[in-house]
Amino acid sequence: MKHYEVEILDAKTKDKLCFLDKVEPNATIGEIKSMFHKSHPQWYPARQSIRLDPKGKSLKDEDVLQYLPVGTTATFYFRDLGAQISWVTVFLTEYAGPLLIYLMFYFRVPFIYASKYDFTTSKHWVVHLACMCHSFHYVKRLLETLFVHRFSHGTMPLRNIFKNCTYYWGFAAWMAYYINHPLYTPPIYGEQQIRLALIVFLFCQIGNFSIHIALRNLRPPGSKTRKIPYPTKNPFTWIFLLVSCPNYTYELGSWLGFTLMTQCLPVAAFTLVGFIQMTVWAKGKHRSYLKEFRDYPTLRSPILPFIL
Amino acid sequence: MASGEEDGTVEEKETNNKKRTKGTIATAWLTFYNIAMTAGWLVLAVAMVRYYLQKGTHKGLYRNIAKTLKFFQTFALLEVGHCAIGIVRTSVIVTGVQVCSRIFMVWFVTNSIRQIQNEESVILFVVVWTITEITRYSFYTFNLLNHLPYFIKWARYNMFIVMYPLGVIGELLTIHASLPYVRRSGMYSLRLPNKYNVSFDYYYFLIIVMLSYIPLFPQLYFHMLRQRRRVLHGEIVVEKDE
Repeated sequence: MKHYEVEILDAKTKDKLCFLDKVEPNATIGEIKSMFHKSHPQWYPARQSIRLDPKGKSLKDEDVLQYLPVGTTATFYFRDLGAQISWVTVFLTEYAGPLLIYLMFYFRVPFIYASKYDFTTSKHWVVHLACMCHSFHYVKRLLETLFVHRFSHGTMPLRNIFKNCTYYWGFAAWMAYYINHPLYTPPIYGEQQIRLALIVFLFCQIGNFSIHIALRNLRPPGSKTRKIPYPTKNPFTWIFLLVSCPNYTYELGSWLGFTLMTQCLPVAAFTLVGFIQMTVWAKGKHRSYLKEFRDYPTLRSPILPFIL
Repeated sequence: MASGEEDGTVEEKETNNKKRTKGTIATAWLTFYNIAMTAGWLVLAVAMVRYYLQKGTHKGLYRNIAKTLKFFQTFALLEVGHCAIGIVRTSVIVTGVQVCSRIFMVWFVTNSIRQIQNEESVILFVVVWTITEITRYSFYTFNLLNHLPYFIKWARYNMFIVMYPLGVIGELLTIHASLPYVRRSGMYSLRLPNKYNVSFDYYYFLIIVMLSYIPLFPQLYFHMLRQRRRVLHGEIVVEKDE
């Protein structure tokens, strides 16, 4: 068995950072990253980007050395991705915030509203309903993060947690302040509006959950395989016929429901911003599906059937 | 095969011709735009000097030039478009922030809060803006005409060092002066209860705007300083070769 020699150069300065000799041909990039980490302990594997070309795409951890287009002395280029944090940590933090923050406003903790309202509750039953829905939504997200989602990447850049938490926590506080305000105005069309909103909200919550389960089942535990999702026996997944990322479609629906339920402009603003972001993600995902799979169904749109 | 090659060359020529025409149209438009803006701000400068010489006071000066100022400052919104379609190679966001802050000062502070229009701080930032814009637009104009006099280049990359902070002082003092009037009148504000379940307090919004100068101003200032160093550094290298 012929062994490989591996040299790792800095992608920007082209300095020789590391030289590994007697590397097994069946070694993976992940194993090479661990070896590189030994000589440079500050660069743990999660923050290493190893590529064949200084400006090229990152190689995957699973890629095997002997199947890469390299000679027996392989040259790789290294870029530091910066401090990393695990996706699970980010999700748990960014979702726990809104859950707790909203409850603080709901229970009218001191120093938010005028002191005569401390620890009082709203006289409108829709406010209690909204609290239950909002809390349910984030508890669902936390549980899905722990038990349902299978992440492709282990980590993301550390600065994302500050950006994401500011977004989620900030909007949660802004919404919760007005919904739980002593001067809150309930929806114009009263019970009818609230009932319709609740139906839409619950329908989309179940839908969103169904999609998450279907996506999870596409991927065996511990793997990072990618397959085309298809409708299952669950009717909530039949939307896969028309849309690539129905999880985002249902998420939009849930927040539209919540906007209708609370008739609160900050909620509408949050729904709009979220929709814009999810559309960007959905279009990206749709594009990578089309690139990866020749037989990808042509009827599907990224996020809104036939529209977007 | 030979005819195939010829077809390729013909198509290339056509695309290159289209590109060249688009480039010429863009250059022509930008030249016109920058000449027009230089002229506009010159008109403003002349109007201000004449008013002060005739009346001997700055009181009433703003009212006198208000229409012209609003017109030419608002027209600058086009510059965001220029960046967006790529005929000017500057970041859309940087240009957007700069133009928006000007529009905000003109329309949402000075124009709508009449009581502060005779403040000295208003004259300060209007004078600073006028000097800065005349320099900037004539710089762009001469650049497009490939005939840049050195003193214009010098002015563009040196005057901001003093002009920028003076302008910021003028703007901040003006916003600060407007605060009591905003609070008293409750303008641009929305109180609870209302059917949108949202509120907006223009008074606190203005305070936040003033605070935002703290992170934003240094970034823009150092951006200009870096540009200046790049331009001057380039000059030194050329001189050495000669």
